[in-house]
Amino acid sequence: MSGPSSPASDELEPVGRRAVEAALGAGADEAEAWVERSHGTDVRVYDGEVESLAEAGGRGLGLRVFVGHRPGYAYGTDLSDAGAAALARSAVEAAAVADVDEHAGLPDEVGAADVDGLHSAELASWSSERKVELALAIERAARSREGVSQVEDTVYADRDERSAIVSSSGLSASFAATSAWAYASAFAGEGADLMTGIGLGIARAPGALDPDAIGGEAAARALALAGARQPAGRRCPVVLDAFVAASFLGFIGAMLSADAVQRGRSLFAGREGDEIAAPSVRLADDGTDPDGPGSAPFDGEGSARRRTSLIEDGRLATYLFDARTARKAERSTTASAIRTSYRSPPSVGAANLVLEPGDDDLEALVRHAGDGLFVTDVAGLHSGVNPVSGTFSVGATGRLIEGGELAAPVREVTIASDLVGMLRSVEAVGSEARWVPFGGSVRAAPVLLGEMAVAGS
Amino acid sequence: MTLLESDLATSVIERALRKGGDFADLYVEDRSGFSLSLDDGRVERPQLGRERGAGVRVVSGEATYFGHVDGLAGDDILRVADSVAGAVSAGEGRARALAAAADDDSPHAVERPPEAVEAALKADLVRGCDERARAASSEVAQVTASYAETRRQVQVFNSDGRVATDDRTRVRLGVQVVARRNGTVETGAETRGGHAGFELVAREPEEVAARAARKALTMLDAVDAPSARMPVVVGNGFGGVLLHEAVGHGLEADAVQKRASVYAGRIGDRLAEPFVTAYDDGRRAGEWGSDGIDDEGTPTQRTGIVEEGRLVSYLYDLVRARKAGAESTGNGRRQSFRHLPLPRMTNTYFAPGDSTAEELIAGVDRGLYAVSFGGGQVEPATGDFVFGVSEGYLIENGRVTAPVRGATLVGNGIEALGAIDGVADDLEIATGFCGKGGQQVPAGVGQPHVRIRALTVGGTAG
Repeated sequence: MSGPSSPASDELEPVGRRAVEAALGAGADEAEAWVERSHGTDVRVYDGEVESLAEAGGRGLGLRVFVGHRPGYAYGTDLSDAGAAALARSAVEAAAVADVDEHAGLPDEVGAADVDGLHSAELASWSSERKVELALAIERAARSREGVSQVEDTVYADRDERSAIVSSSGLSASFAATSAWAYASAFAGEGADLMTGIGLGIARAPGALDPDAIGGEAAARALALAGARQPAGRRCPVVLDAFVAASFLGFIGAMLSADAVQRGRSLFAGREGDEIAAPSVRLADDGTDPDGPGSAPFDGEGSARRRTSLIEDGRLATYLFDARTARKAERSTTASAIRTSYRSPPSVGAANLVLEPGDDDLEALVRHAGDGLFVTDVAGLHSGVNPVSGTFSVGATGRLIEGGELAAPVREVTIASDLVGMLRSVEAVGSEARWVPFGGSVRAAPVLLGEMAVAGS
Repeated sequence: MTLLESDLATSVIERALRKGGDFADLYVEDRSGFSLSLDDGRVERPQLGRERGAGVRVVSGEATYFGHVDGLAGDDILRVADSVAGAVSAGEGRARALAAAADDDSPHAVERPPEAVEAALKADLVRGCDERARAASSEVAQVTASYAETRRQVQVFNSDGRVATDDRTRVRLGVQVVARRNGTVETGAETRGGHAGFELVAREPEEVAARAARKALTMLDAVDAPSARMPVVVGNGFGGVLLHEAVGHGLEADAVQKRASVYAGRIGDRLAEPFVTAYDDGRRAGEWGSDGIDDEGTPTQRTGIVEEGRLVSYLYDLVRARKAGAESTGNGRRQSFRHLPLPRMTNTYFAPGDSTAEELIAGVDRGLYAVSFGGGQVEPATGDFVFGVSEGYLIENGRVTAPVRGATLVGNGIEALGAIDGVADDLEIATGFCGKGGQQVPAGVGQPHVRIRALTVGGTAG
């Protein structure tokens, strides 16, 4: 299937301008339009055949207005003048029922960072047939490993997107970005002993996705767990692999949002400047890394993206701010207004959380652990963490560590701790950093933790 | 209700099958929604949205080809049909003439269409919840309340001649309360929602707030949960999420056909005691997961999944039903016109038994009473699950005693199903959102009180 041509740079901003004008005409004091257009392909293969091939994408407009410091929002898919006018009326009407928020309004500071390499021309040169071939190659790579009983899902997807922002303060900007990603989920074992593993890759274009690596990773992760049993409970050092570390970091990143802090929903409230983690922990929000899936020249309300240190040598350096939370705290924005799509107004969050890697590879971390647990998957993180106290209890699967080496696979284990206790117990961050799309966009590495409570049989 | 004329739909389906294919359908949707929330005493984030579009699907052998477009312009939809056809090369495909549109016979009454209700009343609704929750105790530290309404008008046309329409209105009210005493902080949440009009949330909305507040306040007295294997009585209503996650997903025919389900090949097997029966019922009047038709135009129905302890049916959409030589059970659901249908649950619940909740609890010496869950996760291939218990209590000598915090239930669906040793008579269905394959759909989860002989409780106490 062939999609429409790549979104042109000159068509979205005029749509945004008309919507902003319509909003001002409808009674808004300030208005900001976010316009998107995207197209792409979703491929799913199974058992050597195409299961589904879909042409994806679409277009839409989200309009944020402020009427006497009351915010309102409306979104839709009709980009015509009439459609923009209808959205303008809806947004102004919506604002009428909001309470006054003196800090609400457009950002004082707008701009654009230079971020090269967000858009790859290579993507457009790939036919659907080649994308299907790539997905099939991933599936073959996973199936070919001895002991793999099934490859349930193999997915390839890509997007070519353009986003524009136009506001009544004179801002008008846009950018284009491409992305291509793939994953496979493989099984090892049968029946009640079946264990799963996923492999994944993310890039700007399909040529950078290595089918053997993705399929091989899915297989290796499943095979490593084959025959897993519930072990006896213990207190021991724990090594989190990069996927699991990313899930926890995503949670921690959400707690560093100034919005969560100001609403009293973060265990990090009032902790700026404090030692909240071991000295080896260095965490940043980097919205300008060309490889970061969340990178862009500007954030969801037009402030220039940047790199912000969040945890420096274990010390909490700053929260993540958008314009509203910055105004409330009498600080500056960290360009942390994120948009998941035109369907919702910006919220506060990290563009890309980046954990600075250390010197030890995974093998060394496991050796340092001595006798412990290597965790490759956690379940129930979002229900299992108390966002205010940070205490959590999550289900885990992985391998025991005995004498500094990976040993028997285990399942139905729960690990319990609290987030600050966990951050403080980090003994080393591993060297193998990678992008993981769990918990937002995270560049994570394996992590060695001190003793944690591990419940088993 | 007509979004698209059937002449145009006929052309779209014919053109989609131009290069062959076994089946084609056209899904047309006009969706709108309004939502707002209250936080820290302030009404915020009022938003209104409207999206229209169409999706065209061709099924050829085992492969499905799909494309969609924003807007309902005829030329655009025909172009999508051509584009989808361009990916198929299967020889001859044929469409039957479209039948006349069936009359809407949705059993889900909407008395007060929410879009006709003034937005100010919706703001008053969440303000009233805030006041009620704060009035519960000076220990209530924070209240958030949210209101959301959606309306989805859909039309489905397919190459078997089917034409079907559905007009779906849903409303949902949610309240979350944070209670604080010295250094202890606990949360409580409650929701009410359904396939219904504004009347559902306008009736004593404060009751939702009061229940959320009561949960949070109760949990302030909680002790750390024990870690042990013990009997568990699971609460009615949202307790059914256990059935949804640990059993229901494994009965969805896509997982079964890919041998990615522990329930594959188990139809007819006795998996539970004879007093255990469970349904998936997309027709149950006014419930959150109910519709008139599914997103392939098949009327929704009540499907027995476990009857008297035996596994009796999987959940099918058209594609998986065709492959299995079965009929669709009306479970082909999609998030929107931008998504392909997948076999999905509607409202999934255990049928009521003849015990009472008190009797189930009275039969436990030392166990856990898990009233509601903060959510959970399951590996559908094995049915292994983990659930965080957001409201739970110890059961000691047949009586509910101290609330516990930090409890996690860890187990396996097929084992838990076999370990059910009591079902009460107090069925309730709660509102959930179910995610699968990147798509989110409203799903009702429910059950009466159910007792499980033994489950692993992972706690925070030593």
